[in-house]
Amino acid sequence: MGNLFKKEEAVLLLNKLSDVYDIYAPMVFKGEGCFSDTDSIRYGKITSFDDIVWDKKSDYSFKEVLLPISDTILYFTEKEMKVPDPSEKKRIIFLRSCDLHALKRLDEIYLTNGAEDFYYKRARENTKLILMGCKKSFDSCFCVSMGTNQADNYDAYIKMDKESVYLEPKDEELKTLLEGTESEEASFEIDYVTDNIEKVTIPETLPEGIQDFPLWEEYAGRCVGCGRCNFVCPTCTCFTMQDVFYQDNQKAGERRRVWSSCQVDGFTDMAGNISFRKDQGARMRFKVLHKVYDYKKRFGYHMCVGCGRCEDVCPEYISYLACIHKLGEIKDGGNADE
Amino acid sequence: MDINTKKVKKNAFRISKERGLTASRVRVPGGKCNAKVLGIIKEIAETYGNGNVHLTTRQGFEIEGISLNDMDKVNEMLQPVIEELGINQTNPNTGYPASGTRNVSACIGNRVCPFGNYNTAEFAKRIENAIFPNDLHFKIALTGCANDCIKARMHDFGIIGMTMPQYDPSRCVTCGACVKGCDKLSVKALSKVNDKVVRNEEKCVGCGVCVTKCPTRAFTRSQQKYYRLTIMGRTGKRNPRLGEDFLVWVDEDTIIKVILNTYKFVEKYIDRSAPGGKEHVGYIIDRVGFTEFKKWALDGVELLPETIVNENVYWSGIHYR
Repeated sequence: MGNLFKKEEAVLLLNKLSDVYDIYAPMVFKGEGCFSDTDSIRYGKITSFDDIVWDKKSDYSFKEVLLPISDTILYFTEKEMKVPDPSEKKRIIFLRSCDLHALKRLDEIYLTNGAEDFYYKRARENTKLILMGCKKSFDSCFCVSMGTNQADNYDAYIKMDKESVYLEPKDEELKTLLEGTESEEASFEIDYVTDNIEKVTIPETLPEGIQDFPLWEEYAGRCVGCGRCNFVCPTCTCFTMQDVFYQDNQKAGERRRVWSSCQVDGFTDMAGNISFRKDQGARMRFKVLHKVYDYKKRFGYHMCVGCGRCEDVCPEYISYLACIHKLGEIKDGGNADE
Repeated sequence: MDINTKKVKKNAFRISKERGLTASRVRVPGGKCNAKVLGIIKEIAETYGNGNVHLTTRQGFEIEGISLNDMDKVNEMLQPVIEELGINQTNPNTGYPASGTRNVSACIGNRVCPFGNYNTAEFAKRIENAIFPNDLHFKIALTGCANDCIKARMHDFGIIGMTMPQYDPSRCVTCGACVKGCDKLSVKALSKVNDKVVRNEEKCVGCGVCVTKCPTRAFTRSQQKYYRLTIMGRTGKRNPRLGEDFLVWVDEDTIIKVILNTYKFVEKYIDRSAPGGKEHVGYIIDRVGFTEFKKWALDGVELLPETIVNENVYWSGIHYR
């Protein structure tokens, strides 16, 4: 059972929610795409339900809301340091099923894989998650193959059409907030995708020496190492640290943690001028096998959620899906590139 | 055969080396036309021409081998082309009016090219609408970015697309793609300072490489579209030269005003005794002086605060005379 708001009532609802929460959803950033006169669809603070983009996949995932791209985690001066204040408001994030599954991966890494991460935790525990249904699959989605087309770890479900906004709260805090609002009682099934154009079967086991198979070699020549596949991925969690001293006051500075990418130069740099995986083929191998093999070995389920964003963003048209298909062929006895 | 050659030329037909034969010159503003136009060109070439069509350097079609007697019929067949291309025409079914101002040509721009900073054909059309028909000899070309594939700098007015890079440090991961891109492909205007990127505003040519290279949308394009307006480049016998920057970080409306003002300047100073009454605008400025030109060009023009005006422009090139 949920609440059905007419558009004008939904305006009041959003105002009410905005008193308590910063509300993030996929929205259009006009003219901010990679190329001239193209838009970027990514997460931003919405001021109207109409800001939410439903008809396209967001180019970047929700993860930047919980894990800022460049996050100052300490200010320091002389013998003192300070942790930045948490944001004043709680958060609501509107996201699709695949991204809710991705959130489970973020939680795994930042909350339960060793020490709890202070910054992630304080953002995460003040965040409500509202599921956006998917009426149809986008071209590169393969959520059904990855088992991420349906989710249950959400606080509310939202469905919209031109005239109304339907919200079905599961979370008590949201339920309380919706009480006494101008709305009708209603009930809708959750929209979810049951079939994608793209389908993958990830081999359970891979042959010994897969890391040296020739299939990785072509990527050495094709991949330009821009890291877009990592940055758009809702499950990539790697970061690097930067300590900087302010230019006009060398006694003060800040420590930031910033997204990093296993595809970009510098990722494996170590003291002594050592670095591993110097060619892009090795980096592609590392990434792909991490998404569908190494991670699963540790945590029991695949890291990849099948959102297909890496497929959509690669400027060199390198297909992660095609790579997975090649792994499947190897498993079936053939050698993909021979 | 009694033919007024001047009228023929003003109607976009050529006096060819072969007696009695002409060629029909079909301007395509911005170099953009649909396939329907090609069909008509084909029909004219096969009905009245010798079947050959030359693709001109200024992005037109020159339909070869047409009898001077068939010009009216060709003009009638050209009517749908003229309408399709949005050519300013005085009387319908009379073909292209005037041939002094040359076709406004353009590279493919951001319709297709990832480097293009604006829609070159649309802007070309705007200029076409503002200046045609016109007998004065002007050459204008538009190019999407600083690569200048159309060779805009060899024109009286060269319009080069620019974008003012917008940098959001909170989206920057210090991957270095923009710094490297700017160094390898452009002018090395970017550097890393405190693990963020600093843009040297004086060096930056607004090419947009940083924006296309950025994997996180830390660099984006300005909403305002900017241009570099180069002036008085030319080929020719006396002093071929590249155009020099006149206005940098200038907007579209200003460019149109400056071009229209330049027509007024030419009307005022053109040497009427020059062969055929034609004197090229660049040579007029050489005679009259840049300062006088600038006074006319900027008359009534309100520049954006960020627009840089070159107070003095000196051209080089080769002097054969």
